[in-house]
Amino acid sequence: MLTYTLQGILPGFPGLFSKECKRYFSVSIQTIFGPVFASLLFLFVFAHVFTDRAMLGDVKYGSFLLPGLAGMTMLQQAFANPSSSLIVSKITGNIVMILLSPISPLSFFLAHLLASLTRGVLVASLVLICGLWFVDFQIVHPGWALIFLLAGGVMTSALGIMAGIWADKFDQIAMVQTVLLLPLTFLAGVFYSLQSLPQFWQFMSKLNPFLYFIDGFRYGFLGISDHPIWFSFTITLMCALIPCIVSYWMIVTGYKLRN
Amino acid sequence: MANVALEVNGLEKHYPNGTKALQDVSFAIPQGLFFGLLGPNGAGKTTLIGILGGLIRPTAGTASIMGCDVVKNPLEARRQIGIVPQEIVFDPFFTTREYLRQQSRYYGLFDNDAWINELLDHMGLTDQANTNTRYLSGGMKRRLMAAMAMVHKPPVIVLDEPTAGVDVSQRRNLWAFIKKINQEGSTVILTTHYLDEAEELCERIVLLNHGKILADHSTNELLTTNLQHSKCIFVRLGKDQSLPPDLPFDHSKQPDEDGRYHVFISEYFQVEEFLAHLRNRDLAVEELEISNPDLEEVFVSLTEEK
Repeated sequence: MLTYTLQGILPGFPGLFSKECKRYFSVSIQTIFGPVFASLLFLFVFAHVFTDRAMLGDVKYGSFLLPGLAGMTMLQQAFANPSSSLIVSKITGNIVMILLSPISPLSFFLAHLLASLTRGVLVASLVLICGLWFVDFQIVHPGWALIFLLAGGVMTSALGIMAGIWADKFDQIAMVQTVLLLPLTFLAGVFYSLQSLPQFWQFMSKLNPFLYFIDGFRYGFLGISDHPIWFSFTITLMCALIPCIVSYWMIVTGYKLRN
Repeated sequence: MANVALEVNGLEKHYPNGTKALQDVSFAIPQGLFFGLLGPNGAGKTTLIGILGGLIRPTAGTASIMGCDVVKNPLEARRQIGIVPQEIVFDPFFTTREYLRQQSRYYGLFDNDAWINELLDHMGLTDQANTNTRYLSGGMKRRLMAAMAMVHKPPVIVLDEPTAGVDVSQRRNLWAFIKKINQEGSTVILTTHYLDEAEELCERIVLLNHGKILADHSTNELLTTNLQHSKCIFVRLGKDQSLPPDLPFDHSKQPDEDGRYHVFISEYFQVEEFLAHLRNRDLAVEELEISNPDLEEVFVSLTEEK
């Protein structure tokens, strides 16, 4: 019933959304379990090495690290999903069968965005659940944690859609991941607090939009942050909206898709 | 025009590099017709099909499918048409059956298995229903694409070279199924380089060249009115004999690889005149065959003239 209602409101959305989810589930070792495993290895090694170190006052390093790792993995996976799906579709040519179908631009956009978001949230949730084996943590502000999780996921999902539409080959996607996404996520305060950096690097870090996402997401767990929570939320929301608008515009105008 | 399946008016497509892929193309196809869209490579056929499917935006003019404008009402227009694209495509994440189910869902068809089974059967893909699409042969992928285009039972089906790489037996099955669908009321638009197929199947043909319409006739009209000489005599003469150059008929100067001269006439009574000329010159006829023109001759004649 819900499917038919959705189909009426957003033509083609249920089909494309289910296709995108099935696609990443069909290669779940690569898309879900691999990233979870990699994050847990980071957690295991770093939490063990810095076991006596406290962050943001008296927060144990493992408890500090876990939300950041979950957030970072979510950002990376939410980006990887639409970018790889679109570039594979373009290279194998099967995107033609989607473009020939009566799928509205909004449905096309939302199907890719939400499928990527579900993958990102699923991976982050698994990292957090499995992380319980290694560290203790509690969620002080679950509402903020959820809001930041969704806003951050939307941000990189939309960036992934932009990259997938723009790129003509796998190399270009890999370049965006390596040159832009990887350094920005690693230097977003996942492994350290901003307060522990020298002034210059604190300033440089503040130019990184992912920093505010990680800080806000971590606030949901610890109740402590480097920046005021509403400030981080505003930055994260703005950084989610801009790629959403650009990627939707690309779909509506048919940029590199039609013509 | 009543019951029009496809209407194209003043359609133009100019690319940024200056190529004019379509120039003032206009025609209308009534519902239920088996229609051929022919032309040499680069004639504009695929551009036209791309516009119908919403893959390419026209520079000027309009196109509508079952009354739905492809630019103003693209979603409804796409529901009315099924297109088999020229390039082979597949989705390496899905099996044949899953891929067809997936395509159905884009059209809001969430319980389409009965029709999917029928399509698999007619396309000879039942044994490959649970095979990943990446492992299908080229011909199988081509048939899968035909099934994909028909998964929502569209009233207009466009087949852009659907039988390239498909073996003879499966080609026959495919055409039998397409003919059946056409007889049940669907309009079929075919582009192919197999002109014998077009001649056999299509009731009407539009011939495109350099983005312009060269001819738009029923297949019979095209075969009978577009050649200066509508018939050809193939004649083999006695040993060491050749056709005299002053014969009052157009003819080849040299015999072909089978040793036969080609003599062009427009009416059957000219056969007797031709034979009389041979008798008067004591030329012996060892073999003689009269051939009606085929679409290939018309195609070559029209496209080379322009």
